[in-house]
Amino acid sequence: MKHVTATRTTRTLTGWFSLALAIGAIAFLAACAKKVAPPPPPPPPSMTAPTASLSATPNTVDAGQPTTLSWQTTNATDVSIDGIGPVDPTGSRQVTPADSTTYHLVAKGSGGTQEATARVTVNTAAAPPQTSTYNATEEELFAQNVKDIYFDYDKADIRASDQSVIQGDAQFLQQHPNIRITIEGHCDERGSTEYNLALGTNRADSVKNALIQAGVSGDRIKTFSYGKEKPFCTESNESCWQQNRRGHFVYEK
Amino acid sequence: MSNSYRSIGRYASLTFAALLLFGAASSAQDWIRTGTGLGVERVRLAAADFKPSTSDAKNAELLKTFNDVLWNDLGNAGIFDLVSKSFYPLQEPGQPSDVNFSAWSSPPPNTSMLAFGNLGAASGKVTVQGWLYDVKNQASPQVLGKQYTDNATLDAVRIIAHRFADEIIFRLGGGVQGIAETKIYFISERTGHKEVWMMDYDGANQQQLTRSGSISLSPRISPDGSRLAFSSINKGGWEIMMYSFDLNRVVAFPRFGGMNLSPSWSPDGKLAFSSSRNGYPNIWVIDGSGGNSRRLTSDKGPDVSPTWNRKTGSQIAFVSGRTGLPQIYTMESDGTNLQRVTDQGYAVSPNWSPNGQFLTFSWMRKYGPGEPGSNDIYLMDVASKQWVQLTHDAGRNDFPCWSPDGRHIVFQSHRSGSDQIWSMLADGTNVKQLTFGSSNTQPNWSWK
Repeated sequence: MKHVTATRTTRTLTGWFSLALAIGAIAFLAACAKKVAPPPPPPPPSMTAPTASLSATPNTVDAGQPTTLSWQTTNATDVSIDGIGPVDPTGSRQVTPADSTTYHLVAKGSGGTQEATARVTVNTAAAPPQTSTYNATEEELFAQNVKDIYFDYDKADIRASDQSVIQGDAQFLQQHPNIRITIEGHCDERGSTEYNLALGTNRADSVKNALIQAGVSGDRIKTFSYGKEKPFCTESNESCWQQNRRGHFVYEK
Repeated sequence: MSNSYRSIGRYASLTFAALLLFGAASSAQDWIRTGTGLGVERVRLAAADFKPSTSDAKNAELLKTFNDVLWNDLGNAGIFDLVSKSFYPLQEPGQPSDVNFSAWSSPPPNTSMLAFGNLGAASGKVTVQGWLYDVKNQASPQVLGKQYTDNATLDAVRIIAHRFADEIIFRLGGGVQGIAETKIYFISERTGHKEVWMMDYDGANQQQLTRSGSISLSPRISPDGSRLAFSSINKGGWEIMMYSFDLNRVVAFPRFGGMNLSPSWSPDGKLAFSSSRNGYPNIWVIDGSGGNSRRLTSDKGPDVSPTWNRKTGSQIAFVSGRTGLPQIYTMESDGTNLQRVTDQGYAVSPNWSPNGQFLTFSWMRKYGPGEPGSNDIYLMDVASKQWVQLTHDAGRNDFPCWSPDGRHIVFQSHRSGSDQIWSMLADGTNVKQLTFGSSNTQPNWSWK
């Protein structure tokens, strides 16, 4: 099970690395933009070379969100942006790129051709620096990463083999300190309704205590017991019963 | 320890039931005092169909209901040898002057007792006259003579029949009140949600009480019948809820936080229940208004399903999984003198008898891989820990509850393919299905 932990760590590091790369790229491009348009040696007045600048505000958006491209040119008679077509010498336009895009403007005039670029970074689910979409993304991550804990018949102790699952769950919760959770205790269909509700209470409590021991604050964790009232699986066989003997993690908004 | 747990076997169950009834009717008379047990010398009773006393058009259906209900009540009582109607003389009496004593007291009916009477509707009212005669004592035959008047409805006639049956049962059954007018509270899922329902003891008149739309469980009627405690999901936890029969609705009751489950009334109106408000599910006690809470157990548990000694109110039995599979324990009502009363298997859902002598509970006695058997209903003498198995080879059975006369047990059983409510005599005989369809569970019998 150490293998799983290692994999998760690797994945997490990869995520940070991509983020760092993206930030680096933005910084680099921004630096480039400033360097754009160094005037060439002064040409004859009639042959003044065009100047051009292009910017995107904001230059980082979430998928599906628009950004505004603004450009200014001088001494240009023919201005176009790749993917958009001919545009006014100076103007702005809203665009909604599906992926990260480098917009490329070409300004042609009698004095020559000038180019400018602007990079728009589009965030997909993997990199969530925007507060506005924090929760939805975190909930998806929660669903992907937090694993339920399963129990033996009539037991509320976490099995030795599930310790690594609990550690993984705890690690995720520590990395996402704003997430609050409810742990639901569930039981299989055998035995009494009332005893199973009490047993489910102890199962939920076991999971909570294990998370607290692993460093997760108890304030973030509520517990609840469904006993055998809300089974995940309704067949009368051991594989189904095992599905139902669990501590189930629920993401709380 | 296991030596003290001795199966006294199915063969001995009749003796045990006699012992039980002896306890239930300690103030009692006739056949109990003579020492002849139940099932050996039952009172031989004939119940003639009542006759119409008016010519009202409603009489036919009222009489049919009345005669059916009376007959069923007398049969359900479990204390009579009811003489089959096919043995009755052709002329059945509608009033005392019609009684042909020798025709009833000699074979084929050969009965000792005869119930008879008449019923008549007039102007929307119905009047019922009923008698119980000792037909072998022609000089002074009347044991009982009663008259009832009510609205001429089937419901009213049903109640009159229950009353008259209970009068007969009281007179001939050792002075123990009959149960024909008692109620059973239960959980039904027929609306799509688990809600609290109630019905007459014979399964008639099923009515929905709660409409929470969530999950309600463990209904327990108060000793005076005015309130019903149950457990339901409320604001993120299981809380003890209270239904008032004065207001016919759920009324406010304190919330404790955590999981609060399985309330149980003491004879003087306190409540014991399982609460995880301080961590593990333990047994707590509160007064009838929810105040003065105190914890009786403090182990890891889980402790659940308390039941008070209904006679003394000084002991509580409950279920605990503190040593593994759930077992039944008893303790004083202050939490002292803890004793484990089951020694193996999976034992749950105890219910203490009205006479204080017995526990009935659900037990899978030999739990384990490859072990035969299922959850069955058992009876245990609390003092000696001797037990008797009441159900056999009939699906999963759980949640037994005593009738107020201590002669019957109502329980839930899966024997028909779904969870339904059944009743039986406390010796395991006379098993009857009370509910049909959907899922009906957790029956709780009224205290009177």
